[in-house]
Amino acid sequence: MARRYREIGKAGWGYTLITSIVGLIYFSPVLWIILTAFKTRTDALAVPPKLFFTPTLENFTSVFYRSSITTGTSQSTDMALYFFNSIFIAGTSVGLALIVGTLAAYAFSRYPLRGNDTYLFIILTTRMMPPIVVIIPIFLMFRLSGLAGSYWGIILLYTAFNIPFSVWLVKSFFDELNPEIEDAARMDGASESRVFFKFCIPQILAGLSATFVFGLILTWNEFLFALLLTGVETRTVPVAMARTLGGEVGVDYGLLAAIVTLFLLPIFFVTFLLQNQLLRGVTFGTVKK
Amino acid sequence: MTIELKNLTKRFGDLTAVDQVNFDVGDGEVLCLLGPSGCGKTTTLRMIAGLEYATEGDVILQGKRVNELAPRDRNVAMSFQFYALYPSLSVADNLAFPLHAEGLSASEIDARVKKISDTLQLGGILKRTPGQLAEGEKQRVAVGRSIIRDPMCFLFDEPLSRLDVQLREEMRGEIKEVLQDLSRPTVIVTHDQLEALTMADRIAVMRDGRVEQVDTPHNVFQRPTNLFVAGFIGTPQMNLLPATFTESKGDGIAQFAVQGGQSMTIQVDRRIEELSPGTNVTLGIRPRNLEISRESAEDGISTVIDMVEPMGAETLIHLNDGHQDLRLVTDWRIPHAEGDKVHTRFPPHATHVFTEDEQVLRTQ
Repeated sequence: MARRYREIGKAGWGYTLITSIVGLIYFSPVLWIILTAFKTRTDALAVPPKLFFTPTLENFTSVFYRSSITTGTSQSTDMALYFFNSIFIAGTSVGLALIVGTLAAYAFSRYPLRGNDTYLFIILTTRMMPPIVVIIPIFLMFRLSGLAGSYWGIILLYTAFNIPFSVWLVKSFFDELNPEIEDAARMDGASESRVFFKFCIPQILAGLSATFVFGLILTWNEFLFALLLTGVETRTVPVAMARTLGGEVGVDYGLLAAIVTLFLLPIFFVTFLLQNQLLRGVTFGTVKK
Repeated sequence: MTIELKNLTKRFGDLTAVDQVNFDVGDGEVLCLLGPSGCGKTTTLRMIAGLEYATEGDVILQGKRVNELAPRDRNVAMSFQFYALYPSLSVADNLAFPLHAEGLSASEIDARVKKISDTLQLGGILKRTPGQLAEGEKQRVAVGRSIIRDPMCFLFDEPLSRLDVQLREEMRGEIKEVLQDLSRPTVIVTHDQLEALTMADRIAVMRDGRVEQVDTPHNVFQRPTNLFVAGFIGTPQMNLLPATFTESKGDGIAQFAVQGGQSMTIQVDRRIEELSPGTNVTLGIRPRNLEISRESAEDGISTVIDMVEPMGAETLIHLNDGHQDLRLVTDWRIPHAEGDKVHTRFPPHATHVFTEDEQVLRTQ
């Protein structure tokens, strides 16, 4: 019997349904958290879990304002600051790593050193060991140099951690470019910096976006270093979140879920903004030019 | 205005990509660098452009040594194999880009872009970006961008290699026409001998980084100086038969023994008399010069038809005598069948004799 082949771009309903189910399974923890964020304390702890309930914004309010047990007055929590810290620290360090990484990647790609691959390998070795191995020396270094608890300390650390990843990823994007275009620009009177900024960078914007988002997600969720190296003023959301676990009145799951939900928003937003670029970035080089 | 290369050499580590290349290109002359891939022709071109530094030797443009000059200071225009159009710029901006470096006014730039787009019929696509162009259009824009300035010389790297056969023929004519109008020294890199033979005033045949012969297309074809050039130029390929020179009969008439024991007496260059009998040589004859006959003759060998390939106006016949293969091109009207026993004839002066050091034996 002759087999019929499906036309490209026309998957049947059956396939769509299966994909939706798999997608829902993947998304269910996130959905669970988001739902919990809108539940009252009783609903959040209900067994069996409630799928239908009256939503409340109470948890979101208490992320930023909480009534004191002793005085009964409403006072603001420091959560706004922690959100700012997370955005500022992750954004700056990933941005810095991207700038440094892009420059390094261009050099590695276009002006290879003797033993280029060895250097690239060495750069990557810092990502090979679990961070906990280096936590004590780094902590001591930060204490000695006075970087502990400062913005610059944690930003520099995250930048250093993101650079290898940026170098490797961005280098692969540069490697994909047709170097003739750069040569043509050189012949047409462009200086080296013009070649780089006007002709190389625009061609890999998608790749840079992808690198930025991946780096951002990694840094955004980082907990271990943030816990040890940030101070009261520079605490990031993951650390603050962990501290709510040990509240005076047991674990407030609704509050925790609300923080997580808010915490997801910036990443959602950035990913959504860059999603077209991101798709092109991750498929870069897989399609014949 | 001239391009002159003196003992130009490029080494990448232990690899010598270009080895002691010498040639010069005069004003308005088109020189084709022809050779198999990896023979160093593109590297040579890039050294003229300044995109590679010469390890040894000199690049001399207009009588001035430019080895240390950056590409943009050499006033050379180059068109690249993959066109190298700037992907983020429109066709008009692509064309205008080289002019910005010259510091021309906006109105002047517009006028020049207009003129070039008229010459190359780019008017309809000026606002498009390179991604929206067909291959032929990309090629046109690339040519336009390289000729929009008034550079000292032009360099083309495999200008037609990415086009299909029909478009290639069309563009070949167009580029030739454009180059004639410009009358600047031009170097074209190609691996396609037809392209070289049709477009060049002179051809430099390269192998393994060395220039084997620099001559007019006619001479490269008719008077190859060595075995490599003889075998490389011409389709179908020249027949090359190992043979032993046995006896000279004066006036260039000589007797050769080919592999398998058959011998033939043919007229070749008079310098054959310099060789002593018993010397091993290689005989070269083009498939179109070789003749076929039903009767046995002294000036050829007996063979059997192996295969008949009709090529339209002509027929390519593969012959074999058990020891060597010969290719022969005849008129399509003469019928031949596979398995027929035929005799070949080597007409006077149609055979080139190459000595064991692969050089041709020829009176200048």
